[in-house]
Amino acid sequence: MKTTSIMIVGVGGQGTLLASKLLGNVLLGAGYDVKLSEVHGMSQRGGSVVTYVKYGDKVYSPIVDQGEADYILSFEILESARWISYLKEGGHLITNTQKTWPMPVITGAAAYPENIVEKLSALADVTAVDALALAEQAGSAKAVNVVLIGVLSRRMDIPEAAWLKAIEETVPAKFLELNKKAFELGRNAG
Amino acid sequence: MKKLMLGNQAVARGLWEAGCRFVSSYPGTPSTEITEQAALYDEIYAEWAPNEKVAAESAVGASLAGARSFCAMKHVGFNVAADPLFTASYIGVNGGMVVCVADDPGMHSSQNEQDSRHYAIAAKLPMLEPSDSGECAAFVGEAYELSERFDTPVMLRTCTRVAHSQSLVKLHERDEKALKPYEKTPQKYVAAPAISVKRHVVVEQRMEELRQLAETTPLNRVEMGDTAVGFVTSGTCYLYVKEAFPDASVLKLGLVNPMPVQKIRDFAAKVDRLIVVEELDGVIEAHLRANGIRVDGGKDLFGPLGELSQNKLRAAMGAALPKFRTYDEAVPGRPPVMCPGCPHRGLFTVLSKLKLTVLGDIGCYTLGSGAPLNAVDAVLCMGASIGMAHGFTKMLGEDAARKSVAVIGDSTFMHSGITGVVNLAYNKSIATVLVLDNSITGMTGHQQNPTTGLTLQNEETYPIRIEDVCRAAGIERVRVVDPQDMAATEAAIREELAADAPSVIIVRRPCALLKYVKHNPPLSIDPDKCKGCRSCMKIGCPAIRFTDKKASIDPTICVGCGLCEQMCKFDAFEGGARA
Repeated sequence: MKTTSIMIVGVGGQGTLLASKLLGNVLLGAGYDVKLSEVHGMSQRGGSVVTYVKYGDKVYSPIVDQGEADYILSFEILESARWISYLKEGGHLITNTQKTWPMPVITGAAAYPENIVEKLSALADVTAVDALALAEQAGSAKAVNVVLIGVLSRRMDIPEAAWLKAIEETVPAKFLELNKKAFELGRNAG
Repeated sequence: MKKLMLGNQAVARGLWEAGCRFVSSYPGTPSTEITEQAALYDEIYAEWAPNEKVAAESAVGASLAGARSFCAMKHVGFNVAADPLFTASYIGVNGGMVVCVADDPGMHSSQNEQDSRHYAIAAKLPMLEPSDSGECAAFVGEAYELSERFDTPVMLRTCTRVAHSQSLVKLHERDEKALKPYEKTPQKYVAAPAISVKRHVVVEQRMEELRQLAETTPLNRVEMGDTAVGFVTSGTCYLYVKEAFPDASVLKLGLVNPMPVQKIRDFAAKVDRLIVVEELDGVIEAHLRANGIRVDGGKDLFGPLGELSQNKLRAAMGAALPKFRTYDEAVPGRPPVMCPGCPHRGLFTVLSKLKLTVLGDIGCYTLGSGAPLNAVDAVLCMGASIGMAHGFTKMLGEDAARKSVAVIGDSTFMHSGITGVVNLAYNKSIATVLVLDNSITGMTGHQQNPTTGLTLQNEETYPIRIEDVCRAAGIERVRVVDPQDMAATEAAIREELAADAPSVIIVRRPCALLKYVKHNPPLSIDPDKCKGCRSCMKIGCPAIRFTDKKASIDPTICVGCGLCEQMCKFDAFEGGARA
């Protein structure tokens, strides 16, 4: 099987690392060769963050380049615009509609672009969900990551049980029910 | 059994499997997790040292004691550790010793992009370079074998994409190594001129033997394919080559110092074009050219800047690139910023207001250089703020000393700020130093340090007091302020700047991300009271927005610290600690 590439993009502090960990566990359980690549340190502090997840029979490069991602899972709509060039032709963008203002917008040095979802939809196959609202419905704004994993799960050829098993193995027991609910809400959205 | 592991986690696993007993490091992205992970194994004694030099010296001591020892550092950490390590090459080892140095091409979290391979060559230390987590674990074992066989410390070079990528690792049991008996051997271990003259001969002989080994070791591997192009490469670049040109012939170097000559010459003879793919400097390329081996492409194609990638290789080689579409409108950047509730924000708001010249240092507070605070004038390396402030104020005189400060964090102060403070007292400086004590090593992800009273394992230990250190170093004006109280912070800075003596202000409040720090409910802004003056925007908080001529607060990220409220002249803030 050829390599499938997923990019998880968002803002430092949004929980993208848990999403990639969960995804890695699912893919490992499915028997694939898996590589994940993330960046720690300075770029975590509220900056733009990117995690690469790749799987297949044999994965070489740990990173995803422009035009290579089968899926982009985006936690923030401006980040979707920033990284859309990494989507391959025929790839799929799953994006949260949440907006987090970057510092240049806060200081007035730049404007936050408008109608991003519409503009992206003209470029690619896009599923946009209000993951924050769904996470709050599940019981915590912090569950945005698992909601988005739920949306992604619907598009990937991996049984639901495998996703739930990975959630059980990845999240702390006291947040398990909340996260399962967040996953289902995401899976049934979009 | 195979497990998905971070490269750093795999290095730690490799240490455990190889029977390593001693690990000492100073945190530094992207090397930090190695030591944290090594500490989880009962058989390994692991610690945070105050800096890389002490860590390396401790690892040398543990090796003399007969243990397999280790230290990890980021590339610039090697600059600090270089002194002991250049001579450790002469005295050799008793138990095996491995030094991991993690480079950061692309500078994801670093102040420069130096290439550590130069150090291996200059210090005459063998260097291995793994490509992925599996090799991280395996190469640690290989490194210890080489270390003990050739009586030398061995370097292991990783980079961000190896250290912070996860891939599969085959797990093995631990190969327990008893301590090798220590025998007094001054003719080897005492690096004094008469002895070192003889040891240098040994070092050169050893490198020659290693050059022979480089020709035959399976660490250097030829994968013959299409012979139109042959790539010579190593580390993560090998993976980019395989991704972009899966059918090409490749010579993968696992031992990058010393390099084989004949093996590469033979490989070059079998391919039409020989291309060298390496990030940063043309170290392999220079080696080939120096040995008269034909190179048909290298730095002329790929350049010395940043990280490479499969697309950069494709583009440089004239191969087709994947198609993609771009968003055709300007996308505002998203630079990293201080977190909501960050204790540094209050201080930098004051420094920005006072328009001081700020000689900065390495840590989260480097972010004080960004808009809208724009408060930092210069940043160099760990501990440099105090030395820079000294030289700056000595040359520009008393007036400049009244308008400039050094800013340094608690962990950075322990790392290499103390000698700077000693210098201020000794050389009669009147500079003012602000030590930002947030009770943790923040930027690298919350490591304990000598000021926190806790060890790597979170065991209680003696908490070094920064104020005691400064007083002992001869600074009489030492005081403590809470940056949450911006008025008091400003008053303290003004007083110390006016003083005719060197002074240290300890700006103390724990990092907002520490688990024990309690947050208040989010604040809100009464739109009727907000006059749109933008005073609250000056603190550069990511939780404050400004729309329709009014400020508002994003309640999903506000932690209710109340700094913004201190800026407001119209009593427009509500909620927070009052709620």
